Amino acid sequence: MIDEELVQLLTPEGERVTHPEYASTLNGEQILSMYRDMVIVRRLCNESTSLQRQGQLALWAPMQGQEGAQIGAGRALQPMDFTFPTYREHGIAWCRGVPPENVLRLFRAVSTGGWDPQKYRHHVPTIVLGNQVLNAVGYAMGVQRDGANEAVLTFFGDGASSQGDVLEAFVWASSFNTPVVFFCQNNQFGISTPSSTQSKVPLFRRARGFGFPGVRVDGNDLLACYEVTKAALENARAGGGPTMIEAYTYRMGAHTTSDDPTRYRVDAEVEVWKHRDPIERIKALLVREYQTRPAAFEAIAQEAEAFALKLRDDVLAMGRPDPLSMFENAYSETHPLIEEGRREMTELMAAGGAH
Amino acid sequence: MEVFFLPDVGEGLIEAEIVAWKVAVGDRVTLNQPLVDVETAKAVVELPSPFAGVVATLHAAVGDTVEVNAPLVSFDVDRETAPHASEKQVVHDVPDEERREPVLIGYGVAHEESVAPRRRRRGAPTSTPPAASPAPTPLARTTPPVRLLAKHLGVELTTVRGTGRDGIITREDVERAGNSGPASSRAPAPLAARSRFVGREIASWSEGAREERIAVKGVLKSMAEAMLESTTHQPQASVWTRVDATKTVELLRGLKDHPRFSEVRLSALTVVALAVCDAARHYPGINSSFDESRNEVVVRRYVNLGIAADTPRGLVVPNVKDADRLDLAGMARELTTLVEKARDATTTPAEMAATTITITNVGPFGVDGAMAILPPGTGAIICVGQVVKAPWVQGDAVVVRDVVEISMTFDHRQIDGALASRVLRHIGAFLEDPATALLAR
Repeated sequence: MIDEELVQLLTPEGERVTHPEYASTLNGEQILSMYRDMVIVRRLCNESTSLQRQGQLALWAPMQGQEGAQIGAGRALQPMDFTFPTYREHGIAWCRGVPPENVLRLFRAVSTGGWDPQKYRHHVPTIVLGNQVLNAVGYAMGVQRDGANEAVLTFFGDGASSQGDVLEAFVWASSFNTPVVFFCQNNQFGISTPSSTQSKVPLFRRARGFGFPGVRVDGNDLLACYEVTKAALENARAGGGPTMIEAYTYRMGAHTTSDDPTRYRVDAEVEVWKHRDPIERIKALLVREYQTRPAAFEAIAQEAEAFALKLRDDVLAMGRPDPLSMFENAYSETHPLIEEGRREMTELMAAGGAH
Repeated sequence: MEVFFLPDVGEGLIEAEIVAWKVAVGDRVTLNQPLVDVETAKAVVELPSPFAGVVATLHAAVGDTVEVNAPLVSFDVDRETAPHASEKQVVHDVPDEERREPVLIGYGVAHEESVAPRRRRRGAPTSTPPAASPAPTPLARTTPPVRLLAKHLGVELTTVRGTGRDGIITREDVERAGNSGPASSRAPAPLAARSRFVGREIASWSEGAREERIAVKGVLKSMAEAMLESTTHQPQASVWTRVDATKTVELLRGLKDHPRFSEVRLSALTVVALAVCDAARHYPGINSSFDESRNEVVVRRYVNLGIAADTPRGLVVPNVKDADRLDLAGMARELTTLVEKARDATTTPAEMAATTITITNVGPFGVDGAMAILPPGTGAIICVGQVVKAPWVQGDAVVVRDVVEISMTFDHRQIDGALASRVLRHIGAFLEDPATALLAR
């Protein structure tokens, strides 16, 4: 994986390395605080996966392994910046201050969103593949016209990078020089399709063809993700236009709880990536360079456990979704096909066929 | 008592098959402790416990297909140690402020009711005010596929007590009711919606094309090539015998709850595997192969024990290397791992190579035995049928014993009927008195 073009500031062993363009600006306190974020977000993912397996969530999109990319990018944001996520950006939602239980409301199907996007400067997840990238560019054009000192950060994966919406968004962003940063987490698989099948060149090189810079960063290196994102956002706010960041990472779990990753990838590959764990390398750095005591890690682990129990309580108290609500929120007005679906569903429920 | 009902772990799945239990009745489990692996149409997934407590009942056995929302595990929950166990009710109790009123007359949301919901009557005059209509007959609460099954089995649903979530009638409830009725009133089982065929699913009889052509590749191809290779190159003959395996059954029952076997599968196959290794040690000639290229017979004084495994991908035959060195616990552990890996399709080519002797276990399919075909390049394959209670002559009395049929197919180029018979009898004797045989090893 180590190639010359990859921005890395911390090796998988937790040793610092230098880079000609980027240097880490974080102090020990900040790094420990971001370590805490990563541990809690991983715990959130584990608990949510369990809740799904226990029938308490309809679906879950795990992001274990991508904590470095998300916490690094999320903590590089300024409060006035705006973010457009996919349904896997639980770490970004955490950094933006969205209450975690609200993130789970969507996955329990008791909400179609979960929070007020303006309040947290974080849009609700877009399920339609790649659509949020167009939305982000449109929003960034608005920012530009308002003359506001804001940047827009939008997320997508290696799979969505093949989607027309994303490529159209690149064209518009480039043509209008919008203050947007495209953060692509290349987690290696578009559901089950390897990213190498989808792109004959490394993804970050595509940006060059659209007329803006692309940077490949070690997505499991929190320090590098933070610095690269921070620089790209500052450049955007200063009128420097878009940047594409390809965070080269690995999704340790399934695409969602509905698929079986053992059918499309081999254990050996997962084992290799385990050694590149974003949390472990920060822990090694904290111990070596900042003499962080075991008690500090233990306190964070305990906090994460208490967090998970509270999250579970919150989810169990949410009640059951009403199956008929799906017919009420898909269209703003009534629609003959929706009415037909609603009628059939009502009858099926009366027959005890849906519960 | 708290019950964990099988959730829909995918999106719109209706059932799952039990692959492996990770807990047993009486085990104390913690919140989120893995309980069971289930295989759905989409994936094999591990289900974590939603409760902390003691496992009271496992409602299904390995290999059973369980419907979504049917009971899976019952727990005796210690409420003081399991503060999260009591929240289940909250899930289904929608708070008053969240209860929704119908927004339009005639359709829309309805109150959640704990009683069976009523079917809206089709064709009823719409002008009839609701208050004037007679109270409709409550309909038994179940799913459409179960209604169909009940119809096929001639089971009157209103007479069936539901054991599923919220008292819903499950497939098992209907099957139980169907079995208790007079046999003559029962119709044949309905056709499955899909059918398994060498590691894939094919359309049902009614839904599929009149003729279907399936490309020969993957597991199907390797099975076809191996069987053709074996039957065209190896002259094969068979011997078989019936065995009183009561003592084996008793031994297994006695050891089942022993801590050494808590995490492994212990079954008749485990004992048969030890018996085959023991027989090979007594008669090394059975553990041999015929090397045509050099015109030599290769006798092996180690056992790479092949196990024919029925997996979601079809038939695969991984082997346990140096199985002759294993004791009962070791064999149970190795076989558990081997079967799990085959199930998960993580068996490596190396684990399927260099088999010296094979066991095929057709018991789980409910048949008594088979005349197996040799895996190419091996000298013998032992086939085990189901263990059943059967009349057995002991002295001059007929008694009920646990009886199993075993057979062996062998390469008749180097192995003759006399050797084969002695080997099979040795295996039989091992199963008849496993304690003594294990001591003698």
